[in-house]
Amino acid sequence: MARRENSEINAGSMADIAFLLLIFFLVTTTMDVDSGIARKLPEKTDETPTVTIKEKNILDIVINRNNQLLVENENAKVEDIKKLAMDFIDNGGGLSQPKGDQPGEPCDYCNGAKDPTSSDHPSKAVISLTSSRGTTYGMYISVQNEIEMAYNELRNKLSLKLYNRSYKDLLKDYKDDPSEALKAKLDNLKDKYPQIITEPEPIK
Amino acid sequence: MSKFTKKKKGLPGISTASLPDIVFMLLFFFMVSTTMRQTDLIIKKPSLPTASEVKKLEHKSLVSTIYIGKSKDSRIEGDKIQVNDKIIDVKDVISFILSERAQRKEEEVKFMTTSIKADKNANVGTILDIKEQLRDINALKVSFSTTRGTDFKSNY
Repeated sequence: MARRENSEINAGSMADIAFLLLIFFLVTTTMDVDSGIARKLPEKTDETPTVTIKEKNILDIVINRNNQLLVENENAKVEDIKKLAMDFIDNGGGLSQPKGDQPGEPCDYCNGAKDPTSSDHPSKAVISLTSSRGTTYGMYISVQNEIEMAYNELRNKLSLKLYNRSYKDLLKDYKDDPSEALKAKLDNLKDKYPQIITEPEPIK
Repeated sequence: MSKFTKKKKGLPGISTASLPDIVFMLLFFFMVSTTMRQTDLIIKKPSLPTASEVKKLEHKSLVSTIYIGKSKDSRIEGDKIQVNDKIIDVKDVISFILSERAQRKEEEVKFMTTSIKADKNANVGTILDIKEQLRDINALKVSFSTTRGTDFKSNY
């Protein structure tokens, strides 16, 4: 007869089993958080409203199928776009878009050259990005990224001036503690430098 | 007096009894944080472009992902679009988004984001076509998936 005595289960191998599982999950884990450039597409409407925008209020960026860049009809490199865009947006050469009954005001926070041949006001400055169907996606993203950088830096500068805190920090603060006061600050910054990017039909 | 002389000398061995507990703790952490890949890529794994001004995608459950890349078979040219486990045509993007919507609660629909994971050598034309489709059904929140970095030279 076998001994019926209850001998204790040896728990010494427990650690080994746990290690095995641990290593399995370590290997299969993907901790990468999806991140990317966020964009909001324009809504589709039946009738296309005609808007008249002065030529000088548009920064025209064209990428051709060979990934060559043309900014305001001049050759440019990708790295230059940020500066060109910043100069263009922050120019402040004229009056802002009139809001309701209020007449347009000059931009009192712009640090630009006030060049009369460049954009009037950040709220009027439109960046137009025309790409060819053959442009590679990497190039397209690079340009989008440069434009985003330009806006972020301008907002950053203004944020430091107004609130002594960078735009990035404010966004972080808002994430940790979504309060009304912070939202008002962020909205103000976004309102001062609105992102107006248009993407016309691609070159065939 | 012998009571005092019997005192052992030297360090006692470190007890390993709590080792399993520690390991289990780590194990549970990784079990919880693990997300297993749900979609097997039929197309070649897209090598994402690099960008610095990225935003994290929140609410993973509200994200629908569209993959764009080359076919694994190098003889087949052009960009392929994959959603879930199949390769689809550009015009089927609409039905994909609608089916994704049907799985979510109604009030969550407006927070849904479409993440586009495209290869950096894909054509912008394909992307623009997809964007146009998304506009048609008012799926306006789009995120162009990128890797975070500052080495833009590799993009083009």
